[in-house]
Amino acid sequence: MIPFDYQRAASAAEATGLARDGATFIAGGTNLLDLMKLEVMAPSRLVDINRLDLGGIEDTTGGGLRIGALVRNSDLAGDPRVRSSYPVLARALLAGASGQLRNKATTGGNLLQRTRCYYFYDTAMPCNKREPGSGCQAIGGATRLHAIFGTSDHCIATHPSDMAVAMRALDASIEIEDSAGNRRSVAISEFYRLPGTTPHIETVLKPGELITAVLLPPPGGTRQAYRKVRDRASYAFALVSVAGVVEMADGRMKRVALAFGGVGPQPWRNAEVEALLEGKAPSAELFEQAAGLLVAKARTQAGNAFKVPLLQRVLSATLNELTKG
Amino acid sequence: MKTELTVNGRRERLDADARTTLLDALRVHLELTGTKKGCDHGQCGACTVLVNGRRINSCLSLACMHEGDEIVTIEGLGEPDRLSDLQQAFLSHDGFQCGFCTPGQICSATAMLSEIEAGWPSHVSDDLDRTPELSSTEISERMSGNICRCSAYPNIVEAIKEAADRRRG
Ligand SMILES: Cc1cc2nc3c(=O)[nH]c(=O)nc-3n(C[C@H](O)[C@H](O)[C@H](O)COP(=O)(O)OP(=O)(O)OC[C@H]3O[C@@H](n4cnc5c(N)ncnc54)[C@H](O)[C@@H]3O)c2cc1C
Ligand code: SF4
Ligand code: FES
Ligand code: FES
Repeated sequence: MIPFDYQRAASAAEATGLARDGATFIAGGTNLLDLMKLEVMAPSRLVDINRLDLGGIEDTTGGGLRIGALVRNSDLAGDPRVRSSYPVLARALLAGASGQLRNKATTGGNLLQRTRCYYFYDTAMPCNKREPGSGCQAIGGATRLHAIFGTSDHCIATHPSDMAVAMRALDASIEIEDSAGNRRSVAISEFYRLPGTTPHIETVLKPGELITAVLLPPPGGTRQAYRKVRDRASYAFALVSVAGVVEMADGRMKRVALAFGGVGPQPWRNAEVEALLEGKAPSAELFEQAAGLLVAKARTQAGNAFKVPLLQRVLSATLNELTKG
Repeated sequence: MKTELTVNGRRERLDADARTTLLDALRVHLELTGTKKGCDHGQCGACTVLVNGRRINSCLSLACMHEGDEIVTIEGLGEPDRLSDLQQAFLSHDGFQCGFCTPGQICSATAMLSEIEAGWPSHVSDDLDRTPELSSTEISERMSGNICRCSAYPNIVEAIKEAADRRRG
């Protein structure tokens, strides 16, 4: 690790004040310290935010939940309200990492975890995300973990979070505080940026801005599922995953929200697919049609082309599970 | 960086570079070498310790972030003349071969049983709300953060089952 200055902040104002000139917040540290050991990240200062008062889960007046940025992944998955009203979120969290890591990983840190692209991790390799302008070694290289949607000629990395995929299906928004103490909230659909020509800029957060909470609206459906496919049964990142929230009425799908992990630079959603399904009765043909529409614009590499049929099957299986009975 | 924390019931004062991980502080500064360094990147679980009762990977945490925290390592769970129930069960069931992963396995299992008691579900629980059972599938999933290079898994699962059954009476 490159030496850094360590500062423990006591308040959000102190934290955002300290977070300038190459400083980075540290929450659980499970992603940041990993990357700092490899010198993929080398902040000049670590601002420890663990003592800030951002650890609670509260009911909102609108019937939703406000999840503090420091709520640990294990506490969020274990919360009785999340388990009963947002099971897709509990399931996504429980499908990620390990018991030890979930005890430390925070809501804010999970949203901002960096890609698992092998070349991003290897400082001997060119990588536009790590070193803007150096090139992308993944294109034409080993791409098992890489994206098929939303990529550019500059970067094809995925966002690896499971939690964020469920949050995208739940239409979460992210509450942000700037150094002047102003708070704003950004829909998760607007929070992540596509790589384009600037893959090193991953979100709309400006330097020094702090995530204070994630807001969940009331759940849009009672039928919820998270299905994740990975290279081993546990403790591995998603090859593909699907978070689904469906509301049925009179044998038809009244509301459908689907988000996909392991396939895009951000938790992926496709409005056309949801529109195709809504208002219709579930059937194998319809699900097949939806799956075909979903992958119509996929851009693949030799190493990740398997995700096209895999994603279609996982989507059909998830829709079956959500609409049966 | 000066940090005060409690390790196995003893107040300790550390004066270490800010880069010192909790794992290195335990092993190098406090000479508690029971906790092992496998991967140093959160991928193996050999470094698992309890912080305020919860299991974490000590390799992915800085010692200076633990001011005021209570740490328990394998040495704090029990010693040869007064083994914890899980330590004894690992011995009785041959829950290891080389033993390198064992301190992490036992610390992890200790906290894992408390997580089940608290009603936390897992990825393999059918029902998110029902009290989780202690099946082999549940144990394997909940212990997936601890890799055993010797693959002593069947005996590890048996050891944990026995300790848990005894606790339940
Ligand atoms: C072996 C291993 C396996 C894993 N498997 C999975 C998996 O299967 N699925 C999955 O989803 N994840 C997985 N993870 C990743 C894990 O979920 C993340 O490391 C974790 O969620 C990051 O949270 P943290 O609090 O530790 O973040 P940190 O490491 O503390 O921070 C990450 C980033 O977020 C920034 N940050 C943190 N909090 C805030 C805030 N409030 N405001 C602004 N910026 C902030 C930090 O500056 C840093 O840049 C795995 C990790 C490991 C090591
Ligand atoms: S895919 Fe993105 S992160 Fe991976 S090497 Fe290319 S630019 Fe870097
Ligand atoms: S040494 Fe910490 S997880 Fe491997
Ligand atoms: S006993 Fe050798 S690694 Fe587990």
